[in-house]
Amino acid sequence: MSSTSIFQIAGSALTAQSQRMNVSASNIANASSAAGPDGRPYRARQVVFQMAPQPGSEAVGGVRVAGVIESAAPPRMQYDPGNPLADAQGYVALPNVDVVAETVNMISASRSYQANVEVINTAKTLMAKTLTLGQ
Amino acid sequence: MRGIPAAPRENGYLTRTPMIDRIGKEFEFQQTALSLRQQRQEVLASNIANADTPNYKARDIDFAASLREAMGEALRLPDTQLTLTSARHIPARAHTAGPAEELYRVPTQPSIDGNTVDMNVERVQFADNTMRYQADLALVDRRIKSLLAAMQQ
Repeated sequence: MSSTSIFQIAGSALTAQSQRMNVSASNIANASSAAGPDGRPYRARQVVFQMAPQPGSEAVGGVRVAGVIESAAPPRMQYDPGNPLADAQGYVALPNVDVVAETVNMISASRSYQANVEVINTAKTLMAKTLTLGQ
Repeated sequence: MRGIPAAPRENGYLTRTPMIDRIGKEFEFQQTALSLRQQRQEVLASNIANADTPNYKARDIDFAASLREAMGEALRLPDTQLTLTSARHIPARAHTAGPAEELYRVPTQPSIDGNTVDMNVERVQFADNTMRYQADLALVDRRIKSLLAAMQQ
């Protein structure tokens, strides 16, 4: 363990939280993308966090994104017979994005990001004070 | 304050100056306390970083118990010593605290994903630990200054 590991721990959290925000932004942006690159409606994605233990210590560690999973929720069906993408019954399959949940997710990620920035600032102040010890 | 051990003697004469070592001893306690505060700061930072990680269990160390153990002989790493390759070398050793035991926090509001980090608790403990680290730093600083003053008399 060294005194720089706080920066690594909080830094890894910043990376992970910003990736979470990215995915959330993508979900909100594509909330009504009826056709993705493969011609099927966009599916909401979520990041999966995992603890990444520091070398030499099991209990202490940062966080990393273990993967990005696609939501298995059924697509939202909207009645719109005039749409070229509508099926025989006149329904269009829209992405399974829950915009309210994504907004909440975004706020949560941004709060966690702020908390970690605070940690880095505090660690920086402490280290600067330690360096000027005895002067 | 711990008593200063009697100077080692060989055939009735004082052996070569353990003076630097004695100054080192002056800082032993504060140094151990600071290093434990640093360890605790890391554990708390890890808790805050993993506030959204499923199944992460919040950890913490019992500072008082860890300090007691580190100052006792039982659970600590061997002292770091300088290798003396010449008779004119001054012996010195540094006191090293062993790794403190990380305990699990008892959750007050466990969440459904198995995460036991309570952000309020962690933030308060982090601020508290920061304050105490600074207090320790201030104490070491005063001690250095008083030693300096004594040397310059």
